Amino acid sequence: MTNSFKEFENAKLFFCIGTNMTEAHPVASYFVKRAVKKGATLIVADPRRQPLADHAKIFAQIKVGSDIAFLNGIMNVLIAEDLYDKKYVEENCEDFDSLKAMVKEYPVEKASKLSGVPVETIVEIARTMASIKPGMLCYTLGITEHTCGKNNVMSTSNLQMLLGNIGKQCGGVNPLRGQNNVQGACDMAALPAVFPGYQSVADPAVREKFMKAWKVASLPDKPGLMIPDMMAGLPTKKVRAFYIFGENLANSEPNITHVEHELSSAEFIVCNDIFPTETTRFAHVVLPAAAWCEDEGTFTSSERRVNRVRKIKEAPGMAKPNWWIFKEIAKRMGQEWQSEGAGEIWDNEISMLAPAYGGIKYSRIEQDGLQWPCPNVEHPGTEFLHRDGKFSRGKGLFKGIEWTPPAEVQDKEYPFVLSTGRRLFHYHTRTQTSRAGLDMILPEETADISPADAEKLNIANGEYIRVSSRRGSVKVRARVTEQIPGGMVWMAFHFRDGNANWLTNNVFDPETKTAEYKACAVKLEKER
Amino acid sequence: MGKTFIIDDREIAFDGSKTVLQIARENDIYIPSLCYHPKLGPASKCRVCVVEVEGIRALQTACTLMPKEGMKVNTSSERVIDARRMVVNLLLANGNHNCLSCEVNGACELQEAAYRLGIEIPAFVVEEREERDESGVFIMRDPGKCIQCGRCIEGCNRLVVNEVLDFGYRGGHTKVICDGDLPMGQSSCVQCGECVQLCPVGALIEKKGMGKARTWETKKVRTTCPYCGVGCQLELHVKGDQIIRVTGVEDAQPNQGHLCVKGRFGYDFIYSKDRLTTPLIREKDGFREAGWDEALDLVAGKFKQIIKESGPDAIAGVSCARSINEDSYNMQKLFRGVIGTNNIDHCART
Repeated sequence: MTNSFKEFENAKLFFCIGTNMTEAHPVASYFVKRAVKKGATLIVADPRRQPLADHAKIFAQIKVGSDIAFLNGIMNVLIAEDLYDKKYVEENCEDFDSLKAMVKEYPVEKASKLSGVPVETIVEIARTMASIKPGMLCYTLGITEHTCGKNNVMSTSNLQMLLGNIGKQCGGVNPLRGQNNVQGACDMAALPAVFPGYQSVADPAVREKFMKAWKVASLPDKPGLMIPDMMAGLPTKKVRAFYIFGENLANSEPNITHVEHELSSAEFIVCNDIFPTETTRFAHVVLPAAAWCEDEGTFTSSERRVNRVRKIKEAPGMAKPNWWIFKEIAKRMGQEWQSEGAGEIWDNEISMLAPAYGGIKYSRIEQDGLQWPCPNVEHPGTEFLHRDGKFSRGKGLFKGIEWTPPAEVQDKEYPFVLSTGRRLFHYHTRTQTSRAGLDMILPEETADISPADAEKLNIANGEYIRVSSRRGSVKVRARVTEQIPGGMVWMAFHFRDGNANWLTNNVFDPETKTAEYKACAVKLEKER
Repeated sequence: MGKTFIIDDREIAFDGSKTVLQIARENDIYIPSLCYHPKLGPASKCRVCVVEVEGIRALQTACTLMPKEGMKVNTSSERVIDARRMVVNLLLANGNHNCLSCEVNGACELQEAAYRLGIEIPAFVVEEREERDESGVFIMRDPGKCIQCGRCIEGCNRLVVNEVLDFGYRGGHTKVICDGDLPMGQSSCVQCGECVQLCPVGALIEKKGMGKARTWETKKVRTTCPYCGVGCQLELHVKGDQIIRVTGVEDAQPNQGHLCVKGRFGYDFIYSKDRLTTPLIREKDGFREAGWDEALDLVAGKFKQIIKESGPDAIAGVSCARSINEDSYNMQKLFRGVIGTNNIDHCART
């Protein structure tokens, strides 16, 4: 997030696209709903009429995968009606002409046809956003989980730069991160092209710094593989050993049949985990790990805030902290690491090596955490980025973006579009929530369909149906709900049975390698 | 010194932004309050915070009273104490306030008020009250202990905007209801538990902690929620190695005390019998238990062999977006600095 949660309460306008905040980030949604009660304007764009839409002044029920066309349509109106922030664009941005030329190709009628949003709604959104400044744009995985995910993200930035909303309190582009420490895992460089703090592996000076700190003679300089390519390398033996730390890939990756083929063909898999999972079945060695509450440490939240996590009990049996497991493997491969425990790792390594955390020390985050960038110990942390439109890279770069459809669209054989996500009462593959009593509220998966389609196919609410794609088929109960428009099915990936990922399409954004969880073609049948 | 006023013969400065109740609390002057909560603001319903103001005939509610220059406030005159005693006695009479086995014994604001006012035996006879509502999966409602302060309703509607709770019926039949008076478990309630955290008495209770610890036996440990990316700050109420209940840390960034159903109630997976407790090594037909040395030697040995035969890029790793920063740091350090590959990723974009 460029901005912070505490700004939500005082925001004047929200544009929420592809974020089912009420279920996936409930506490964030409280602040949005409260702001609306105090008079803020909420615009929601989503294929489903999800709960946040009930609080919205304008709800745009966009077609799955039409985000770029829809956003280009809004920007077309902003430019055509001269409503954009000319001063901000001139002073702080570059390549405006690239954007202008592209969005010209998306007159509002065309944007309406592609997105399914009425012309007058697109125009109303543009005029509303131009008249209430600044506005906060929030998105979640509805934007990123597409083959055009990166382009979707860039389109949201285009819109906020055009409106002059970046670098301002209660503005910005705010992706709500899905997992408690997905931000932190990025920051810590569990990524193939950077060292901690987003320092490029290609930069010789950076490598030099880390070689010295880690007391090693060399460090690899070319970017490594991303998850889909790692897994594709298992059957071909390009990847011979695969280390999976706390991820249940066999349920969470798209196209489970294909994923399990890859995992089962691996020469050597090591898993660190707290529970046996569908993924540890494929392991050659399983290492028992300490869980939340069994180790000191830090998580970094969506708003870049480094928060403390504390230990209240010992790990069960022989289970050990993960940092210890990695340190022990390093030792057996010839390296003695000094830091013992998370506090030493953070204070003596991470905050020394990554300038953005230079000022974050355990002693400073006993209470509220600090938000990076926080370069020195006097620095109060950064509530919002790009202050006054001064972008980290210099000028904000516009890029005209062409809309592209999902890789697989509906046809005669598979006439429905399947989109997926999370529900309030479970978390991911339920490794945790199924063992904390939440099954009592939500005991099984459903396929959510529209009343119109239920009637057409003679499907009753709660009845078992069969949902099939080119990759698989599941038996699952139908949940008939007004949230879903005709022609769409919506499912989650919490349960092994009826998991959406038996059906999802293992195609990826070419650059980010994010899978297209949000769009594939399926058919529905009554289960006999 | 700017403007001042007097509470119980003490001269106290004020700037006009705070009520007498807030100022009294900041100065460690005890005034009971049952409907007022800092997050909700004044409600002026329960009348237990009344004080006497020189020159004003009627008693005033401290939660709504703004100080004025030279104002003289008495928080403990006989008249004040008598009025408070009457209020608390009536509240006690209006329900089944049996502290012996109540979960909030020791943390109950009504009990505290009764104690401070020296009410040993309630002055009035207890009426028959409604049955407990145990239909909510995680929350138990005990209408017999409800004092109708309205905090839960305000929290549900104004703070978390889930809009489930309200007052239903009228007069002596008034009670807190879910939707149109449905059992909680059948209502639209999403079990976020905001109402439980705000309840000054034992009318709303976390079921998971029932019977496990008295309030004074637990210590509070602050930590961060293990679910979504908002980063809510939790207070774990811990006895021994057991979490008895979880509350949101008031005034903390970013959640200001609020939580959702997973953050408040989804904590006990750590105690599951399914936990992995020993290293496992694959045999032909399943896994066998192993010691750390054997398992780690096997992993390190295999990695060394593969590096020798196929180079470091034949090893790849996925880190965990759930675990702590320091774990991810050490994992990428192992891959880059020891194995010698940048083949390290996690589910960064999903």
